Amino acid sequence: ALIYLLKYPYLACLRPTQKMNLFQSITSALDNTLASDPTAVIFGEDVAFGGVFRCTVGLRDKYGKDRVFNTPLCEQGIVGFGIGVAVAGATAIAEIQFADYIFPAFDQIVNEAAKYRYRSGNMFDCGNLTIRAPWGCVGHGSLYHSQSPEAFFAHCPGLKVVIPRSPIQAKGLLLSCIADKNPCIFFEPKILYRAAVEQVPEDPYTIPLSQAEVLQEGSDVTLVAWGTQIHVLKEVASMAQEKLGVSCEVIDLQTILPWDIETVCKSVVKTGRLLISHEAPVTGGFASEISSTVQEECFLNLEAPISRVCGYDTPFPHIFEPFYIPDKWKCFEAIKKMINY
Amino acid sequence: MIPQDYLGLAFFSMLCCFWPLGIAAFYLSQKVLQLQQTFDSSLEKPQFPGASAEFVDQLEFIQPNVISGIPVYRVMDRQGNIINPSQDPQLSKETVLNFYQKMTMLNTMDRILYESQRQGRISFYMTNYGEEGTHIGSAAALDPNDLVFGQYREAGVLMYRGFPLDHFMAQCYANADDLGKGRQMPVHYGSKDLNFVTISSPLATQIPQAAGAAYAVKRENTNRAVICYFGEGAASEGDAHAGFNFSATLECPLIFFCRNNGYAISTPTNEQYRGDGIAARGPGYGMLSIRVDGNDVFAVYNATKEARRRAVAENQPFLIEAMTYRIGHHSTSDDSSAYRSVDEVNYWDKQDHPISRLRHYMTARGWWSEDDERSWRKQSRKTVMEAFERAERRLKPNPELLFTDVYQEMIPSLNKQRESLWRHVQQYKENYPLDLYEK
Repeated sequence: ALIYLLKYPYLACLRPTQKMNLFQSITSALDNTLASDPTAVIFGEDVAFGGVFRCTVGLRDKYGKDRVFNTPLCEQGIVGFGIGVAVAGATAIAEIQFADYIFPAFDQIVNEAAKYRYRSGNMFDCGNLTIRAPWGCVGHGSLYHSQSPEAFFAHCPGLKVVIPRSPIQAKGLLLSCIADKNPCIFFEPKILYRAAVEQVPEDPYTIPLSQAEVLQEGSDVTLVAWGTQIHVLKEVASMAQEKLGVSCEVIDLQTILPWDIETVCKSVVKTGRLLISHEAPVTGGFASEISSTVQEECFLNLEAPISRVCGYDTPFPHIFEPFYIPDKWKCFEAIKKMINY
Repeated sequence: MIPQDYLGLAFFSMLCCFWPLGIAAFYLSQKVLQLQQTFDSSLEKPQFPGASAEFVDQLEFIQPNVISGIPVYRVMDRQGNIINPSQDPQLSKETVLNFYQKMTMLNTMDRILYESQRQGRISFYMTNYGEEGTHIGSAAALDPNDLVFGQYREAGVLMYRGFPLDHFMAQCYANADDLGKGRQMPVHYGSKDLNFVTISSPLATQIPQAAGAAYAVKRENTNRAVICYFGEGAASEGDAHAGFNFSATLECPLIFFCRNNGYAISTPTNEQYRGDGIAARGPGYGMLSIRVDGNDVFAVYNATKEARRRAVAENQPFLIEAMTYRIGHHSTSDDSSAYRSVDEVNYWDKQDHPISRLRHYMTARGWWSEDDERSWRKQSRKTVMEAFERAERRLKPNPELLFTDVYQEMIPSLNKQRESLWRHVQQYKENYPLDLYEK
């Protein structure tokens, strides 16, 4: 229990916590924000009645229809509007209904939000903007309800991209994004909305951005992922220990941009082997950035080529999902190959 | 299925239980009834939630009216005479002289900076020839605290608000005095103090942003408005549709000001749209709209003033389409003789120019003479030239500024890149123009 508390200092003993799933921890973060920041507004498609994933349930009744409101069905409008709210000095929390539908807003995010501060010589900025979107596979989502588009945004200086693995992380990271003075995109693993349940503090707390978390220490292989895939890698780490006697160090990257190069490299220097895993297609996926940087910084420490276990270079399929996803067997096999290299 | 309205239960509790409870129950059941509006199909009115209208039994398509479109509001004729005295804003001589001087100062600055690009002194420039009336008329009708989102051909708004010539020049020269720290191409002005949001190149992106800013400003309750400028070409972008729709549904105190100047680079309006311009789109969004003569500075002033008053009082957006003509080329990268006749351009320059119309108004009242014109031309040119020479001499900003303001804070990876650039430049310094930049 002491180790648990030392690891999660924000869960100080006397804080009241409540059993919450992921969507409830999001609601809690949003509730805290609307309570403490009178300028904060939440908007997007269908957020008024509670949202298609129930993340905004109760907030409109509690804080008023001028603070939690529906917008017309238009992602470029949602983000453009959000930028304007932020530029005028208010806290803007924009919801995109599915990460798969963020692309109409790509111009506003990449050409406008990310560059607002730089291009204006710091006279104007949209640091008060946070964009939230459900992300990742869900079992039956197919092409347009399963995407993980973090790689598109990782290529855009000026943005922050954050992905939580659990309710406790989600609330703390979302509150950090909202507080952060840069435009942030917060992807929420939709498959975990109901499935992940933890005792989450009711009070607000933040988890630092751009700090990767070492979930379990190990000596033979470093495993890196974010979001849902962390749970897969934790299982793989047990399998590797049990069946191969291999000790795995599991790292949750948490922030994709700017990412914690130091923690990952420090781990690879120790273990000499790196496996990165994500659902998004392998080519140009964020694993390629991590792989490239690690081989630059830790070349002489590597015992085997860096392994990427990712989605295939296809659109996300419907009926073929069980074959598409980077499951524990694929990750396990990749570890085996690295150990025997 | 008769919807449950709890009326029966309410009566029961009134009669058999505690009667105040019954009265409360009765009241609440009426509220429930209101919410569950009964749909009566025997009524001969459409019940659709999506539109409020009558039925019709003749098949007829609505004809868009482009031959006789929305009329153009004006106060002066092309010779500067007031047509309807009730519409004369009756501005003071001081105010009108200021309008004239701002428009002509802009024109003078445009000539000099266009020329400076041709001579290779600045990299790029866009003139405002012919559209000075739209800038000054609208800027004068606003409050200085109103937030301005522009496209790129609204320098007169900044000039009217008092942006110094030195700052215009500094931005075009990207020198160390540029408020934008030398990061953008010329004419991408911005000013926090003057509430003018920095210009960006992508077209129409400012339109939904203006709606968001107006929404935030509405919640502040400080009686500020937001104005959003764009051209008729930018109005074709999806962002324009998004901005119009959001501002109307979310009830924003916002003025949309469209400069319809006839061309989007080489694309004439008949290739940009088939409907009756931009003003006709406003009603489609539920927005109050007007078309004005953009070359009539008083018409622009009157329309903007009234739109601003009502936008703030009633929390709704207004659309003003200011008809005008782009006398200059699109930019220094364009030669418009490739797609339009010199005669067409000359007509607007000589026969329907906002500056000459205002001058005629002034001279008719004895407020401006030939001598005034001569001495003002000389003085304004001298002022612009002096600012120009100062800007020419100034160094460029320190290259450190390449790396700052990407995020609010410096991040480790970017810092490493910065250090790597410095080591490289130290080693290869003779290949980099360090003398042009501040240390």
